[in-house]
Amino acid sequence: MQSMKPNHILLVEDNEGDIFLLKEALEERKIVNKLSIARDGLEAVDFLQMGIVAADKDLPDLILLDINLPRMNGHEVLKFIKINDHLKRIPVIILSTSSNDADIITAYNNHANCFITKPSELTDFFIMMRIIETFWFGIVRLPNESSV
Amino acid sequence: MITEVDILLVEDNASDAEMTIDALKSNGLANKLKHVKDGAAALDFIFAEGEYVGRNIENRPKIILLDVKMPRVNGIEVLHKIRNDDRTKNIPVVMLTSSKEDPDIKTCYELGVNSYVVKPVEFEEFQKAITALGLYWMIVNQQPK
Repeated sequence: MQSMKPNHILLVEDNEGDIFLLKEALEERKIVNKLSIARDGLEAVDFLQMGIVAADKDLPDLILLDINLPRMNGHEVLKFIKINDHLKRIPVIILSTSSNDADIITAYNNHANCFITKPSELTDFFIMMRIIETFWFGIVRLPNESSV
Repeated sequence: MITEVDILLVEDNASDAEMTIDALKSNGLANKLKHVKDGAAALDFIFAEGEYVGRNIENRPKIILLDVKMPRVNGIEVLHKIRNDDRTKNIPVVMLTSSKEDPDIKTCYELGVNSYVVKPVEFEEFQKAITALGLYWMIVNQQPK
């Protein structure tokens, strides 16, 4: 398949169990070169602002974003990303325990690239990660791969 | 007239369309698929105009698979129109292109495309890519209702 692996993923997640599982899925399978973690919404925004100051070179190629986060929730983080000219093209995958219609519609209205509900069963979680991996890291072209 | 559509495939290349439909069908994902052959026909379908007058615009596709280079109206113009209309702005759109060195990737992401896929040239890779795409968008992803 023709896609390239993302060099840098930002994971915005406050649940340590989910961080552990996602790290395991992404790092141990060598899907990504650099995985940054923000444990709340404000930390994510600060991280992205520092990336902009560093002339975009520290910005992630892809963002995995939870919705229920301390200090600033995922909807607000998403809005911040998608109205910022430096950030808006970075694909944002919402990964949430929510399957609430209001959360889904709000996320799409704020230009989320997709919305995945985290399964509660561990086996289903790893199946979900495999499908995300096959699609986003197997066949999708990310904006930073463009030569323009 | 087809009333409910899960997948709207906008593709002018007949063999690519055939292979895409075939890959989706073999995974049971093409039961409610509508294929149109250019951007103008896609806009007519999405906005219930032209030959699709009378179609209920609220029966939105769950996903639009949109070729980039097409006659009459190209994929980028179609994406732009979808994203600038309140009735359609949050329908997931996946761009499909055959070009590896496409300068339109950034433009499409900035216009709000949900993902951008280069169609593999090899038949088997093509089938695998479309299968992965179909499973992801129709099974794993939650669509806006």
